[in-house]
Amino acid sequence: MDDLVERFLSGDRRALARIITRVENEAPAGRDYLRHLFPHSGKTHTIGITGGAGSGKSTLTSALAAEYRRRGKTIGIVAVDPSSPFTHGAILGDRIRMQEHALDPGVYVRSMASRGALGGLAPTIDDVVAVLDAFGFDYVLIETVGAGQDEVEIAGTALTTVLVNNPGTGDDIQALKAGIIEIADILVVNKADHPGADILVSQLQALLSLAPAGQRRPPILKTTATRGEGLDRLADAIEEHREHLEKSGELARSRAVDARHQVLTIARQILLERIRQSTSEADLQALVLRVAARELDPHSAAEELTAALPH
Amino acid sequence: MTAAPSTTKIRVLIAKPGLDGHDRGAKVVARALRDGGCEVIYTGIRQTPEMIAEAALQEDVDVVGLSILSGAHLELFPRVVDELKKRGLDDVLLFCGGIIPEEDTGPLEALGFQAIFRPGTNTQDIVKFVYEHAKK
Repeated sequence: MDDLVERFLSGDRRALARIITRVENEAPAGRDYLRHLFPHSGKTHTIGITGGAGSGKSTLTSALAAEYRRRGKTIGIVAVDPSSPFTHGAILGDRIRMQEHALDPGVYVRSMASRGALGGLAPTIDDVVAVLDAFGFDYVLIETVGAGQDEVEIAGTALTTVLVNNPGTGDDIQALKAGIIEIADILVVNKADHPGADILVSQLQALLSLAPAGQRRPPILKTTATRGEGLDRLADAIEEHREHLEKSGELARSRAVDARHQVLTIARQILLERIRQSTSEADLQALVLRVAARELDPHSAAEELTAALPH
Repeated sequence: MTAAPSTTKIRVLIAKPGLDGHDRGAKVVARALRDGGCEVIYTGIRQTPEMIAEAALQEDVDVVGLSILSGAHLELFPRVVDELKKRGLDDVLLFCGGIIPEEDTGPLEALGFQAIFRPGTNTQDIVKFVYEHAKK
């Protein structure tokens, strides 16, 4: 083990950046760092910012960070953009909207590529968030890739999930559908200076009023992130949600659910890796060709594959 | 347990120091590197040397590519290199591109720029350069 952990714990941002890279690359060294740093995590409040492409997530994230800076808080930001499904390359452009924090020692911004993960985040997002948490930021903001209707993974990574909506992007039936809207702890109508913002707010209110009695109704807030408007109320609403989590006991429950999900996800990867190692590429290819030729169904093929695992 | 294979990617910062707003070249290079499988952080126009170095540090990039068309490269690039060194980033691969006269090649190479890509460069040459020289 090198001196990176020591430097990290003394607040060296270069060490933080290097450790994130190793964790993100899923190198064995990354796991060693994580093992050392994980006990230091669990103090930060994590906030997910999700919503459609172009809804203003990056601008809102930056403006929210500015609001927290006014309140004297330090901020870690991780912003995820999609990787190419073909070349696995990526253009990570979220920093462009976060330039006001470029030289602020109280803000650290890290861009991440989704690296094939579904659900709007990256395969190692939980590990990277744990590293930022351990570094001691007061808040960690997690910006997802542009989400559609079904990218709900953020709810398992962040304690408070903010869903960014825009006026003029669909009727109220869109909002009635299952999926991403169900995971929102706070609903934001961003670009509130555009026509239709008030209509969208009342549509969302009407929709939320259909929720069963006793269920928490997420607040609906209007923001114009480009002008920094509405961010004080958003920060207050996040604080209220955080207090709600703590008082209701939901925080402990939520952490346990998230930990279960993480452990099982990693276990699944380990098992998959063992399967890959217990079967030669030629045998695997022969097996999948039988499925492709319709000689064998995929379930039976998968059972054949897992039967080869040592018990 | 056997470790899963590492999924190392080359991370490249493409940055535009100075005041010219001509970012087409930077975007073409960013796109070519994306298609070449790199993770490219693009920070937009009008970056100060401090902002570029700070982004390189926070993003832990392997490569920094600077694009400039204003003619101020001999004023700005040394400051970028200084700021990188100040932060201990002396092992990143540096390249640059834009309107850069031939006679400035020597001073830029002395600063540590390992390649200068001028108008008309085949983008594949840039991708190839990055893969051949970036430390991973």
